[in-house]
Amino acid sequence: MDKQNWEPKIVAFVCNWCTYTGADLAGTSRLKYPANCKLIRVMCSGSIDPVFILKAFERGADGVLVSGCHPNDCHYNAGNFHARRRWDFFHKLLDFIGIEKGRLQFSWISASEGKKFADVITKVTEDIKAMGQFTSYKKMNSEFTVDFPADLAELEEPVLQESFDKETVK
Amino acid sequence: MNELIKHAKELLEKGEVAAVIGYRQVSEKRTKPVIITEPEETRALVFNEYCLNNLAVYLTKARIKLLGRKNNKSFKLAITAKPCDVHSIVALIQENQIDRDKIHIISFNCHGVVKDFGFDFNGDNLSSKCITCETHKPLYYDKLLGEVKETPQARDSALERIKEIERMPHNERFEFFRSEFDKCIKCYACRAVCPLCYCQRCITDKTIPCWIETSSHQRGNFAWNVIRAFHLSGRCTGCGECDRVCPADIPLSLINRKMTIEANNLFSFVSGRSLETPTLVGSFNEKDNDELFM
Repeated sequence: MDKQNWEPKIVAFVCNWCTYTGADLAGTSRLKYPANCKLIRVMCSGSIDPVFILKAFERGADGVLVSGCHPNDCHYNAGNFHARRRWDFFHKLLDFIGIEKGRLQFSWISASEGKKFADVITKVTEDIKAMGQFTSYKKMNSEFTVDFPADLAELEEPVLQESFDKETVK
Repeated sequence: MNELIKHAKELLEKGEVAAVIGYRQVSEKRTKPVIITEPEETRALVFNEYCLNNLAVYLTKARIKLLGRKNNKSFKLAITAKPCDVHSIVALIQENQIDRDKIHIISFNCHGVVKDFGFDFNGDNLSSKCITCETHKPLYYDKLLGEVKETPQARDSALERIKEIERMPHNERFEFFRSEFDKCIKCYACRAVCPLCYCQRCITDKTIPCWIETSSHQRGNFAWNVIRAFHLSGRCTGCGECDRVCPADIPLSLINRKMTIEANNLFSFVSGRSLETPTLVGSFNEKDNDELFM
């Protein structure tokens, strides 16, 4: 896919009680937002294990969004408080390991904030688009890490043509 | 050392403890962990600069816990611990893995240990955890032994390396850690030796669904090392055992050290220092930092 038409793949882990309902409201309010986010509904932002996020990156996500209820609004009272501490750490860890801060974003969206949902999705999509493909992680999916030339066709065609010319001359 | 042997023998003879977990000299510059249940065997016990193992790891093992239960009675377990190992024991007590009343801590005034077996004890061969160590006297103990001695001076090369990595751009950092984790052979020695990796079933052993790929392919290696570091962030007491046992020389304690610094910056918390405070990731505060969230 060429760079012009490239669209980022974003995985959003959203909580059932607030953000998912907020997404519903955005839909019923006919709000417009980019279609790059794949929503995965979980019961609470506290139930999102960091391995989910690593798995998303492994399977080719360019960015991940984690969203839940506002503090003090959690359906399970303290789920998002526990999550907040955990994400603070995970975020710092990923930053140290070399994953830019924008690749993994967080938000609090309540059930009544349909507009905010559309805005956050738009912002995240724009951020990831500006950052480009997450090639460094995707490269790990191949058995051998070989750096292919940026544009293979451009490099190889003249070489092939040359050798073909030589052979036909002979 | 006679004091240690005398004390351990006394404990076993009086029946106060069921076993003593300690160190035994195997050659001039090498010791081994040993679990002693008979009073006569205590003569093998030693404590010196070559006592590297963090013995707190044994306290979480089911077979060791069983030693403390004989004839439907529960006995104490005695453990010889360096002041830094006491941090691990404190962390285990905080996380309700062991009972303070069931542990008899024999600790020492410590002036540092070597980085690995076979080295001479001096500033160049000092273990990296000892360079920044502030607890030469243990925070909690039942018996304190040993004399106060001066710790050799050394350069904190680990902190310099962390700062060096932080100066790199993100793609270079990623490439550095990818190549480091690529060396991993998935022997799980880092997990086996860590006192705080006490899960009965580790997430990497759960393969349906398979969250962390178990083959030593670089993708699974990356996931394993990131998740290992994450599970220890805010909990690691910095004993540095993972670094020492890693056969591939992956700088594991570098990441742990970084996360310990972050825990201190974010929450002014250092794991394993106080029995009164709750664990960091097991508790929360409504006034926690909210900058991360949109």
